[in-house]
Amino acid sequence: MSDISNQKDSFLTRFRDSDLWWNFKASPSAIIAAIVTFIIVFGAIFANFVAPHNPFDLATVDLMDSLLPPAWEDGGRASYLLGTDDQGRDVFSTIIYGSRISLIVGFASVGLAAILGIAVGLISGYAGGIVDTILMRIADVQLSFPAILIALLIDGVARGIMPRDMHDELAVYVLIIAIGLSFWVQYARTVRSSVMVERNKEYVQAGQVIGLPDWIILVRHILPNVMGPVLVIATIQLALAVITEATLSFLGVGVPPTSPSLGTLIRIGNDYLFSGEWWITIFPGGALVLLVLSVNILGDWLRDALNPKLR
Amino acid sequence: MLKFILMRLLQSIIVMLVVGMIAFALFRFVGDPINNMVGQDTTMAEREALTESLGLNDPFMVQYGRFILNAVQGNFGMSYRLRQPVSKLIAERFPATLELSLISAFLALALGVPMGIYTALKPKSFFSRGFMTLSLLGVSLPTFLIGILLILFFGVTLRWLPTFGRGEVIQLGWWSTGLLTASGLKSVILPAITLAIFQITLIVRLVRAEMQEVLRSDYIKFAHARGLSPRLINFSIALRNTLVPVITIIGLQIGSIIAFAIITESVFQWPGMGLLFIQAVSEVDIPVMAAYLLLIALVFVVINLIVDILYFVVDPRLRVQS
Repeated sequence: MSDISNQKDSFLTRFRDSDLWWNFKASPSAIIAAIVTFIIVFGAIFANFVAPHNPFDLATVDLMDSLLPPAWEDGGRASYLLGTDDQGRDVFSTIIYGSRISLIVGFASVGLAAILGIAVGLISGYAGGIVDTILMRIADVQLSFPAILIALLIDGVARGIMPRDMHDELAVYVLIIAIGLSFWVQYARTVRSSVMVERNKEYVQAGQVIGLPDWIILVRHILPNVMGPVLVIATIQLALAVITEATLSFLGVGVPPTSPSLGTLIRIGNDYLFSGEWWITIFPGGALVLLVLSVNILGDWLRDALNPKLR
Repeated sequence: MLKFILMRLLQSIIVMLVVGMIAFALFRFVGDPINNMVGQDTTMAEREALTESLGLNDPFMVQYGRFILNAVQGNFGMSYRLRQPVSKLIAERFPATLELSLISAFLALALGVPMGIYTALKPKSFFSRGFMTLSLLGVSLPTFLIGILLILFFGVTLRWLPTFGRGEVIQLGWWSTGLLTASGLKSVILPAITLAIFQITLIVRLVRAEMQEVLRSDYIKFAHARGLSPRLINFSIALRNTLVPVITIIGLQIGSIIAFAIITESVFQWPGMGLLFIQAVSEVDIPVMAAYLLLIALVFVVINLIVDILYFVVDPRLRVQS
């Protein structure tokens, strides 16, 4: 049995791309999830061309059109497919623009967390000893607190340091840093444990013998061999980061209503839930769930396809 | 074992001191504490006097030491926003958060563990597939959205259940409970479900993964070979071995329930500590933030300690080693 799995492993590493592709084609849920993700990302990137209205151009927004229901309900208009919000903005367009901000924050914070976490993991795993102990203690302590709490705290500190207008302007960057700093631990732990395995392999010893500097060995030779699990974590964390951003914005400490993300849109709509204007909340909420669900399905598929020894 | 517990206790105290340092740095360096306490028309001399009397001119470590001493005695200063002692504010709201958290933790365990065991034992059955699909959906639904959907359905459309506040509460000494009145009980249903759903999905996935791992192991095969009944194998041998890692995660999960209570309390306007904290963050009410941070850290540290000690009870191998 171990023979077969070994053969499969070497096949996988040699033809990873093609095997991954074959795997992908065999999984209908992964294909659907990828298509949905692609559509949302595409819409977010080209929001200016895709959205039927520009909800942030005050010249085209009319307060007379506020709180219109979706097109198929009584009183709805065809030009506002999913209805309008309290300021007369087209809900469908605000969703497209909102998912742009949600995705920017999601990708950027995952990127920040990955860079930070990989660096810590590489150093910790390669150096060992006291450096390793200190870094992993910090990681342990941070891991015992939920990410959302740490992100909230960082955001609170940023609010304290900056004046209010400046904070609103920089809200997106503050969020990226807050979420990025609260998500790095998982990368660090995974990379560290992979590095500790790789460190004793012959190619690393060969590098040391011919006198390569440590950072070249780490970045050029060890890093590519530990990227598989990192990719899986990044995908799953993208979903988590989007949820965290939406949650913070919903709680009123994320991006301001002037350039709303999906979470801010849900917050705006929440005030109108009891008066029956459900579409202002439910459609952005649906878009958020669709995005997160697709990314989660992709992440699950990727984990099974790459089959690293996670958990 | 005593040595182990003492070591862990020492570690916990170090963690608390570090968190205390962060909380103190927050209090001291984010915003100007003096500005937050005095009015516009205070003279410079009065400010100086206040600074001196609060000891803000002392060296950092002296101030830090005093902060920790005060904190140990439950004194966190005055809230900038509400002009009341922070300890009083937190004591008022602590029961609300704890009742909500415990009820949803109980819900999550009572539903999550059996569902996890079932999906592990019968992975191909219709219900198992249903549970797993639901759990993927549960992971993808943000907590606040679950709350909003529940409010929309049970509060706005059906009008069955209240959607905000705690209902009537009864004072038992300093503890205020909402669990003894009809309106209080009705009020807790939706927030508790909201808070429990995410935990349930986590617990189902975890118990399922661990149980499947155990069921594949050699000693389970051996137990089958011995001809023991499947019921005995599954529930006495396999389940007990599944529970060791599950206890760790669930223990840590109780801490995160309290943290996620911030979101749930915000959606349902539940008058607990989380709501207090989120208002403090948006108004930069530093003393409240610092106190909440320390309190949550204490909860986490205590839970971690209990989990570690529980290991000894559940896993005999550790007892033999020590």
